Amino acid sequence: MTDPSTQTDQRLDWYRTMVRIRLFEEKVQELFMSGQIQGTTHLCQGQEAVSVGAIAAMRPGDVQTNTYRGHGEALALGMEPETAFAELMGRSAGGSGGVGGSMHLIDFSKGNIGANAIVGAGLPIAVGAAVAFQMQRKPNVALTFFGDGATNIGTFHEAMNMAAIWKAPVVFIITNNLYGEYSPMRTTTPLDDLARRADPYGFPGIIVDGQDIATVHAATTEAVERARDGGGPTLLEMKTYRYRGHSRSDPAKYRPDGELEAWKARDPIELLGKTLVADGLIGPNDDVEIRSETQAEIDAAAERAVTSPFPTLEETRPYVYAD
Amino acid sequence: MSTLTERAPAEAGTEIELTYRDAINAALDDAMAEDDAVLLMGEDVSAEGGVFKTNTGLIEKYGPERVRNTPICENGFLGVALGMSLVGLRPVVEFMFADFLPTAGDAIVNQLPKYRYMSGGQTAVPVTIRSISGATGRFGTQHSATGESWFMHLPGLRVVTASSAGSAYSLLRAAINDPNPVLFFEHKGLYGRKGPVRRGEIGEVGTAAVLRQGSDVTIVATLLMVERALAAADQLAAAGIEAEVIDLRWLRPLDLPTVRTSVEKTGRLVVVEEQVHAAGWGATVISELTIGGVRWATTPRRLSLPDDLPIPYTPSLEDEVLPSIEGIVEAARASVGR
Repeated sequence: MTDPSTQTDQRLDWYRTMVRIRLFEEKVQELFMSGQIQGTTHLCQGQEAVSVGAIAAMRPGDVQTNTYRGHGEALALGMEPETAFAELMGRSAGGSGGVGGSMHLIDFSKGNIGANAIVGAGLPIAVGAAVAFQMQRKPNVALTFFGDGATNIGTFHEAMNMAAIWKAPVVFIITNNLYGEYSPMRTTTPLDDLARRADPYGFPGIIVDGQDIATVHAATTEAVERARDGGGPTLLEMKTYRYRGHSRSDPAKYRPDGELEAWKARDPIELLGKTLVADGLIGPNDDVEIRSETQAEIDAAAERAVTSPFPTLEETRPYVYAD
Repeated sequence: MSTLTERAPAEAGTEIELTYRDAINAALDDAMAEDDAVLLMGEDVSAEGGVFKTNTGLIEKYGPERVRNTPICENGFLGVALGMSLVGLRPVVEFMFADFLPTAGDAIVNQLPKYRYMSGGQTAVPVTIRSISGATGRFGTQHSATGESWFMHLPGLRVVTASSAGSAYSLLRAAINDPNPVLFFEHKGLYGRKGPVRRGEIGEVGTAAVLRQGSDVTIVATLLMVERALAAADQLAAAGIEAEVIDLRWLRPLDLPTVRTSVEKTGRLVVVEEQVHAAGWGATVISELTIGGVRWATTPRRLSLPDDLPIPYTPSLEDEVLPSIEGIVEAARASVGR
């Protein structure tokens, strides 16, 4: 972060990516209503600063795992919206040839080595990749994104424990959006600050304002570079919020009145937009233009994705076993 | 402590006599020597050569990174192995007892077999699970299962069983060599058995082995039951009955053609399994052959564990519930009708 001009470009790029993720998710909602996307989907509006800010801390060769709420990470890692839409539509042009769906936006070529539909399953996988880098003497780091609910499952503790004893170059990122599926965190978890769960494992646990992308990026960069330098794992707790319910069928009526509005008052895209205007990087009305450009890009991507054929069983058979 | 290589020097391809335990050791040693990407991990894998002494000498030769002791957390460390496999390593994960496989149920059911598929074929998953299985050790009800059929339902996974020193070596090499997740079952009642081993031999995936030819009745078995089937065949021969004995070896993919060819000749089948019969490989073999139109001369028979009883600790009962040589002889004779 020594070159101010690079940082300038990066912030504008972050902004565009966050807007892309937001509009992508809104489009997914629309495509659901029209039946183009079926099954279920877990949207991440409100959490964009976590995905984009943390992933911007990765370097070539680094990898991450994420979850069924992983569209933000996939797009932040550079998956084309068309590829992502096609996957959600179950079409051949999707990243997994259409067999994965909304919960599995995966692209190994971009360091996205997994999007898991089982809560907590991505953490040991990331530790494994990190330990492998250590054994291969590679200067790489693995990140793993998961929700607050995952901190109650065994694999969280198993992965934290193994990362600690092996000093694995891994960064654990809790996207704490306050709800584990339909349940408020405090009804399932005996503490408010999940970062404290690193304490018994003897490595840093840090609370981060997940709405402020600059803070997210700085905290993640510090953790990633510490891991790269042999300093071992870090647990980052990103305090954030999801605007939508858990999944498509959840209207999120369990939330107290005013909570959503309070979080929207600190919307991560608007927060960054204001600093870009204040720093003169964009004009006061440029956000509208960026949104409309991005909307056109998203709409076109969805239209192209629809033209991809559905895969045949024959096409997908080689996905089962490697030769 | 001497390594196996020092104890039994052998050029690749030459046949040597090893115990089943040392055949496992040799397969691990040779795979690790040939490929730096191979590592062994699990609970107590390095201490004293592992709980069943299959890993003797490996820690001295390959060090603690490649002979990696893990905490007691099967689901977690199998997930770690999966992550390693995604970035170029080939982990071999030891499960001290097959009974512990279900504690890693998510990794075995949802992760390893589906990972390549749900990525649209973007990755291979070269993970071998070494599962130490089976009764006769007086280990009681939570340390004695074979578990061999528990995970037969999973496309993306391979399942293989080793019944002798020779097959333990060649099939473990095949499992480690395979780019897919393989659940490899070894039987702790066989560790002391000696047999010929061809070092360097990598077994073929998905093939059963016809161990004895015969035209009167086909006996199919796995693991410890194979030697009992062979002993039964000797007794049957003395009574003028020629049994064909097949070691099924791979449960996924299942080598039905080999069994079918045999049964088309004999018309009779006895399956011998150290597990309950329901939803296992024995039931699958019988149903698939029947559906496939095999003409049975007599109804297929099976020897299995009792459907309604966990494996007991007490030695007399543990022995009693397992299919015996006498039981196999009796079933084969009843099948043949003399």
